[in-house]
Parts: sequence; C-alpha cells; structure tokens
Amino acid sequence: MSTGFIAILIVVILAVVVVQIGKISDLAAKIRGEEEVAQQANDRTAVWMVGFMVLFLIGTIWSAVYYKDVMLGYGPHGAASAHGSEIDGMFNATLAVTFIVFFITHVLLFWYSYKYRSREGNKAQFIAHNNTIELVWTVIPAIVLTFLVVKGLVAWNNIMPDVSEEDEYLEIEATGYQFAWDIRYPGPDGKLGTKDFRNINPATNPLGMDWADDKAMDDIILGGSDKIVLPVDTMVRVRITAKDVLHNFYLPHFRVKMDAIPGLPTYFIFRPIKTTEEYRQELRNYPEWKLPADETDPESLPRWKEFNYELACAELCGSGHYSMRRIVEVVSREEYNDWLETQNSTYMTTVRGTDDDPRKGQLLDVEIKERALELKVDFQNALDSEKAEDKTILLKHVFYNTGSAALSDLSKYELDNLANILNANSNVTVELAGHTDSQGDDDTNMELSQTRAQNVMNYLTNKGLDASRLRYTGYGETSPIGDNETEDGRELNRRTELRIISQ
Amino acid sequence: MADIATTYNEETLVQELGYDDHFHDHHHGDKYQSGFISHYIFSMDHKIIARQFLITGIIWAIIGAAMSIVFRLQLGFPEESLAWLKPVLGKWIVVDANGIGTLAPEFYYALVTMHGTILVFFVLTAGLSGTFSNLLIPLQLGARDMASPFLNMLSYWFFFMAGIVMFYSLFLSTGPFSGGWTAYPPLSALPQASTGSGTGMTLWLVSLTLFVVSVLLGGINYITTVLNLRTRGMSLWRMPLTIWAFFVTAVIGVLSFPVLASGFFMLMMDRGLGTSFFLSDIFIAGQALDRVGGSPVLYQHLFWFLGHPEVYIIILPAMGIVSEVLAVHSRKPIFGYRAMVYSILAIAFLSFIVWAHHMFMSGVNPFISNFFVIFTLIIAVPSAVKVFNWITTVYGGNLRLNTPMLFAIGFVSMFISGGLTGVFLGNSTIDIQMHDTYFVVAHFHIVMGVAAFFGMFAGIYHWYPKMYGRFMNETLGKIHFWGTMIGAYAIFWPMHYIGMAGVPRRYYSFESFDAFKHFAEMNQFITVAAIVVFAVQLLFVINFFYSIWNGKKMKTKNPWQATTLEWTTPIEPIHGNWPGKIPSVHRWAYDYNKDEREFVPQYVPLEEGEVGDH
Repeated sequence: MSTGFIAILIVVILAVVVVQIGKISDLAAKIRGEEEVAQQANDRTAVWMVGFMVLFLIGTIWSAVYYKDVMLGYGPHGAASAHGSEIDGMFNATLAVTFIVFFITHVLLFWYSYKYRSREGNKAQFIAHNNTIELVWTVIPAIVLTFLVVKGLVAWNNIMPDVSEEDEYLEIEATGYQFAWDIRYPGPDGKLGTKDFRNINPATNPLGMDWADDKAMDDIILGGSDKIVLPVDTMVRVRITAKDVLHNFYLPHFRVKMDAIPGLPTYFIFRPIKTTEEYRQELRNYPEWKLPADETDPESLPRWKEFNYELACAELCGSGHYSMRRIVEVVSREEYNDWLETQNSTYMTTVRGTDDDPRKGQLLDVEIKERALELKVDFQNALDSEKAEDKTILLKHVFYNTGSAALSDLSKYELDNLANILNANSNVTVELAGHTDSQGDDDTNMELSQTRAQNVMNYLTNKGLDASRLRYTGYGETSPIGDNETEDGRELNRRTELRIISQ
Repeated sequence: MADIATTYNEETLVQELGYDDHFHDHHHGDKYQSGFISHYIFSMDHKIIARQFLITGIIWAIIGAAMSIVFRLQLGFPEESLAWLKPVLGKWIVVDANGIGTLAPEFYYALVTMHGTILVFFVLTAGLSGTFSNLLIPLQLGARDMASPFLNMLSYWFFFMAGIVMFYSLFLSTGPFSGGWTAYPPLSALPQASTGSGTGMTLWLVSLTLFVVSVLLGGINYITTVLNLRTRGMSLWRMPLTIWAFFVTAVIGVLSFPVLASGFFMLMMDRGLGTSFFLSDIFIAGQALDRVGGSPVLYQHLFWFLGHPEVYIIILPAMGIVSEVLAVHSRKPIFGYRAMVYSILAIAFLSFIVWAHHMFMSGVNPFISNFFVIFTLIIAVPSAVKVFNWITTVYGGNLRLNTPMLFAIGFVSMFISGGLTGVFLGNSTIDIQMHDTYFVVAHFHIVMGVAAFFGMFAGIYHWYPKMYGRFMNETLGKIHFWGTMIGAYAIFWPMHYIGMAGVPRRYYSFESFDAFKHFAEMNQFITVAAIVVFAVQLLFVINFFYSIWNGKKMKTKNPWQATTLEWTTPIEPIHGNWPGKIPSVHRWAYDYNKDEREFVPQYVPLEEGEVGDH
C-alpha cells in the first residue's frame, strides 16, 4: 500500500510543479510584455528547430552506420537462400531512394521553419499555387515509384511461383500447432502421403496421416526436438499447413515467410545456398560474433560457433506464440543423404502391426525380402552353433487361418524360402514343431499343434523335399516361451519352430 | 496586431451581408438545452458533443498508453520483478517463491490487443475525427448545428457504450480478448484456442459493433451536413481543407465500416451458431471440429477492406487539421489548395483497392499481389504531393512557432518518416522479410500513430480557445511538443533496426531465439523512452484540464487572425453558434497576405477585380 501511496504523492507533486511552471511562464510574460516574450520565444523555437534537424539527421545516419550489421544484405546479415539476395537488393534500392527523399524534405521543412520565422516587419508571400512545380513533383515520384514497382514485381514473380513439372526439388511439410511445428519428409519415394485432420490422434497419429496411402509408408515425421536438416543448393518446397489456428512459417535467414492456415495448404520455395557451417565461417569475421555465446560465462564457445538457422512463428497464435522454435541445419548433399539413411519411416517404426495399421495381417514386399535374408542367417547360425538350444529357430512368417490348422496364403513365402534352404543343405534333417498357448482344452491344443506341424511338413514335401529328412511334432501348450497370462506372451507361444536334428 | 483584427467590422459585415435563417425566432430562450443533463450529458449541441468525444478519447488514450507501458516493461526489463503491479493487475502478475513477479503471457497478449483496439478505434477514430468533425463542420461551414443533432448525440452515446463494454471486458476472470487487434480467426473464433477468445472476445465484438453504429451515425451526419448546410457562398471549392478531410473521411467510414460489421457478424455466427464461414480442417483441444469448408483468409479480406481505409480515416482528419494550422500560423495560403483536395480524393479512392497489401504473406494467390503492389505504391504519389505542398506552405511565410504550429510541423516530419517506410512494406518482395516484424511496428506507429496524434495535438492547441474560451499554457505546450517529438522518434526509430534484424512483433520474450535475443539494450532504451513520453503526455493532460478553468482567457474573437468562420462566433459559445444572422461567404479560406491586408476573412466581400477562389 505504501508504495502506491508514494506513487500517488509523486504524481500529485509533479502535477503541482507542472501547474506552477505554467503559471510562472504566464506571469513572466505579463511582466515583460507579451509581444516581446512571444517574439523571443519564436526566435528561440526557430533555433531549436534547426538544432533538432541537425541532431536528428546526424542521429539517423549514425544509427544506420552503428546498426549496419543488422541491415539486410550487409555484413553478417546476408541471406542464406538464393532468392534472399533479391529481397535484400530491393530493400537497399528502396533505402537509397527513400533516404534521399527523407533527407531533403527534412532539411527543407526545418530550415524553412527557421528561416521564415515571424519577425517584426516581415510579411509572408502570397503563393497560392504553381502548376509547373506541382506537375514536376507529381511526375518525379511517379517515375521513381515505377522503377521500384517494376523492380519489386520482377523479383516477386521470380520468387513466388510454384514448382513446375521439370523442376527437381525436395518437398517437406511443416505443420504448425499450438505451440510447435511438426516436420515431415517424403522418404525415398519423394512424395508426401495424404493426411486428414479427422484422423488426428495426438498420441498415435498427431498429423492425421492416412496410413492406407502408399505414399505415406515411407514418410518421416521428425521428433519434436530434432533439427530440420536440408541439403544445400537444392530447391526446397515447403508445404505449409496448420492444425488449429493460423501460424506463420518464418525462416529469417532464408527470407522465407508464409502463413500456415488450417484447411488451406500454402507453400514457399527456396534454395539454401550456404550450409550452417559456411554461414558460421562467415560470421566469425565479425567482432560481435566472437563474444562468448553465453554472456554470463566468458569460457563458453564464441557466438559464431553456436550459430544455427532458426524457424520461428510470425503470426499471432496464442499465449505461446513466442516459443515455436526449431533449429534448421543446412548440410552438403552427401551429409544430407547420410542423415536421411539414419531416419526411419514413421509408419514402419510406430504404426506397423498396430490397430492403426491398415495393412495389419499382410506382409509387405520389403518385409518378405528382409525375412528371407533373416531366415537364411538364422538357419546358418543354427548350423554353425555347437549348443543344443541354438539348434531351434522360429519360423516367424508361418501363419494359420484363425481357429484352424490350415496354412494361410501368407505362409508360402517363408516355407518356399525354407524349402530352398533345405534343398541347398541336403544332409540336414529337421523337426517341425507346433506350439499353442494355454487357452482352451489341453488335448485339443495338442491335436491342433500336431495337425499344424503336419501341414507345414506336407507343404514342404509337396515342394519336392524328401519326407525322410523331415518329421513333425505337436507340443501343445507344454513349452511356452512367453507368459501365458498376457496377450503378448500368448502371441509368442502360438508359434511354429524348426529344430535341426542332424547335419 | 490588435489593430489588424479590427480592420473588418465583423459584426457589421455579418449583419449587413449575412444570411437570415430566422433561427432565433423559433428557439426562444434555448429551451432544448437549458438543464444540466440536456446541456452537458445528453447534449445535442455539436460543440458539447465534440468535447465529449475529446475527453472520452483522452481518457481512453491514457488507458491505452498505460497498457503499452506495462508490456514495454516486460519487453525492456524481462528480468525485473513486476510484483509492484500486483495490486493493479492481480492474478495476471505471477509471483514466484522468491517474490519475483512476471507478467502472464496471456495477459501480455491481452494488453497488446487492447492497446491496438483502443488506440485505433477509440482514440484515433472517435477521439480525433469525432472531436474535430463535430466541432468544425458546422462552425467552419456556417451551420447552426449538425443536420441531425439527435443522431449526433446517439453517435456519441453508442461510442460511450462501446467503451463501457470494452472497459468491462478488462476485468473478466478470463481476461479481455488477446488475439491481436485484427482478431484473425480461428484464434478469435474458438474459445478453446485461447482464454481471451472466450467471453473477452464476445464483448470485444459487441463493443466494436456498437462502435460501428457510432461511426455510421456520425458519418452520415457529417456527410449530410457538409452537402446540405453550407452557408450562402460556401461552395465546395471554398471549404477549408479541414472540412474536405472530414467529409472524405466520413465517406470512407460509411463505405468501409459496414464491411467490417459483416465480417464481425459472420465471426459471431461462427462463435455462437455453429457456422463455418472462417473455419475448416481444425483439430484443437484434442478434438477434430465438425466445421469444414470455410476460409480464415476470407475474414482477413473483410477486415482489411475496412482496416486499410481505417488508417486513412485516422490520418486524413490529421492532414486536414495540419493543412489549416500550417496556413494560419505561416500567414500564407495553403500551397496548391486544389491539388490538396484532389490528393485527398485520390488517397480515399486508392484506400479501397489496396487492402490485400496486409496479406501478401497470408496465403493469397501471389499473382493477385501484383495489383495490390501497384495500387499501394501509387498512393505514395498523392502523399508526396501533400508533403511537398506543406513544405511549400511554410516556405516564404511569417511563421508563428507556437505549440499548434510546432505539432503541425512535427506531423509533416512524422508523416515523411513513417510514409517512406511504407514504400518498403508496400513492395511485396520486401514484405516477405519485413511482414510482421518490428519494422512494421515502427512504420505504422510513426505514420498513423504518432503522426495522427500530432495532428490531433495541433488541432487541440489551435482550437482550444474555441472550445473553452481560454488558451492552453504555451510553455507546457512546448515542453510537451519537444518531449513527444524527440521521445517518439527515440521509441520508434530503433524498432526499424530490430525489424531489419528479423525480430517478429507480438513476441512476449525473445530469449529462446538466438536471432532475436541480442537486442536487450535497445529494448531497454525503447522502454525508458516510452515511459518518458508517457509522462510528457500526462503533462499535456494536466495542461488541458487545468486550462479549462484557469487558462489565459481569450479576449478577442479571432486570436489567431484566421479567415475561417468559426472565429466569428461569440467567445461564450451559444446554441446555434451565431447570435443573429449566419455569415455569408465570398472567398476561399486562405487569403493571407494577399495584398496589403494581413488576412481577409471569408465573410469579407470581394473588392473590385479581386479573385475569390484559387
């Protein structure tokens, strides 16, 4: 309360002082003669006008020189994209023109205010208009502006058009939401899969991907804190979308800015021309970039070493608007390809086989291929091993129709591969073992596992393998490898195995 | 000087040549406005209504400016404790265990939003145009009052109600609207998107709808009065530039505010009735909305179809006032009177076909932007003509450098500085980088904020004697001018550099971005300058209210030796403005130092061979 009281007191005292200044100046004027005082005040003010003009113009020029390093296209504030220098050039052309106008008009305005101040016996001139001079100062700005408009629009129409069919470009997608960005890469097919906001599930599908779309299968959605990695000297088309409210995809160093709008995808196309490392090397020449990055810690790395390109939001989107930062890293094309190799398809890592997977219960070509290699390796390892427990391998891709012993069509890939392997290793004899989980009647389980194992053997003999090299056994629920109390464990227990008997 | 003022026996001239409308035959004893309430509160007299607009505007200006000081403290001194503001701002100051108080981000955005809304609509539209259109249109045209004094009264009270609703919204537990003064959906349409988008936004819409009604009632009145109630001899080409500016401003307002209202109505329906004018494909607060097919960009078109003319609604009255004040105190005719009128008309016309230059980066087709760039930069031509004409008006004059004149000259400086940065932003190529950065903040604050305020101050100091029969104190006025002139440049000039560095506007904190966080000292400097300028404005407020009762008295009717008709009315204002006949007009408003006469008022008949128009 006391601070409030003091504040009010200060305001009141100030008000009283102000009123007194006013009164005194009025009184002084009365004593010394109002006309004379008015004349003196007029002269004094006129001098101040000139003084202000000089200080103001010096101030503007000084500040421009002092802050030259933040001006577009100067010093460390160069554009990191191909089109950026066009924007910077346009900015500087406009700066040159406007500064001349600014300087001349200010000199005239304040100089005339001084020169033509009221003086005893002076008389103003009657100049109502002058058509010639008015025509001149209408036409000159018109010409200058035409120059700026044409230069500006040429640049604009270079920068803004969408990609054409013959362009080679990398398309990525940025999705803004309160208060972060999701970044999606198209994966090896170079195409972004479709998405729909109705599919969004914040936990499992934050972008609302349509996983049934083949183009979506190899898409890579970056984690929340991952850097956005871009290859240098490559045309990048950013597809810009938003989930909830307006955002704006803003890359200050690349001179890129475009609103992100729910329901209306936008784009911006640019070509990074300097890798992060190259930009850092340019920055190290400037004294302010040699200062420690952490002002409180003189031992910290210099600022230039810590430099990163940044993505920001430039359209008010709510209370966290100021915090939508992501780091952008531009690297050489080789480094980019290496980085891309290490990125996993979001579908394969987080969606495949879950309830959200539209291809659940199907085998993908890539999975068949990978499994073939894996089976070969597993079989070889089993042959090479001395230990008895290593002689058993799991036939992962052997499936049965639900509740029956009949092999499902998908099993043919695994069993064809197995037949080939056994043909290549003709001295090996094996046992095919069926297992179930603990649910249901023991005898039924035993019978089912036996019939299933037999069906596997029949498939292999049909493929031309000698029946004497094969035998089958049903173990029912007797040798579980997982916990029968859980669904995951039971799934592990329902299996078909192969055991090498002799080699 | 006193002898010049009596060169014309104004009483005689008005009585001999004036126009008798028998006004006072019908209004014996001024029955309508005799009581306190009908005279000062529900007044239908344009001079009282003008002062109501002005004082309400001043109160709102203090509130709006104080808000800017609070958020400037956050930007300039983010580390300092704001706990001392807790008694005023309550829960919006979050005090941590160490007693350090910080401004809540939601409330920072609410302050920014309210600052913009209040200053643009309540202060620079109602406070500026409402005040001076009301005061000067009848007085300078030789009219007894507005065409409809009743609608005029309603205009003020709708504005007043708009203010009450907005003021109430400041005290909501969820806070006032916080989505920016432009109120772009979906942020403004969905209460889930932000706390301020709940009741705060509802009240914001109600308030501004009332405000639109106020502007329309006022505007229709101004237009009708200018077209129908000019005194005998007051042809359009003899009207002072103030009237031209107010007239065109009213036309722009009447044409553009309904479009804003239509946008508001659609937004209300999206908020309350489940329509989807501005909504599509939205997933928010864990839910996909069943609202598809609309476009947020449509709202932006509707908003800026008003929003851009709005900046001319703000600046044209200031231009008119400055033209008048410069001519009177230079003792010269305004240079290029007709060019000034044509440039007002050109600016007004162009203001309707440039709105999308606010939307270059909003996802509109880039091809369309070509047209908006061209039209936008064409506006620079009439604007440049006006600047050159003002400078030439000063040239060869005999300048009284008193406070109104200083503010008029200051206006020209601000208009040049702020207008030239518009040449950058109007060029879509540069706007790619500059859009929504501090460069934009610097540009519009200088060109339509500070400049409009300078025009307003010039008008207040100049016509204060007409409003209150007394003068404001000159010494304080000059301190006010220099403090504001230097201070305003100190606030906004550095923002250009911050903007060039790419720093976005509407950021609560710059700390998380390496590119934006290295301007702490500059931000401190700006905040200190803002506090100083705010203090200097309080000086003006004190001067204003003190002088109403204690200022130096106006002893002659025409203290500035001006030519226009408002200075022929009695010092003690009366209902109907002129006690007897209305003066008739014989010449334009700018016969200063035309011949051996220092000035020739408009009611003085032409001498033989004399030309009355230019």
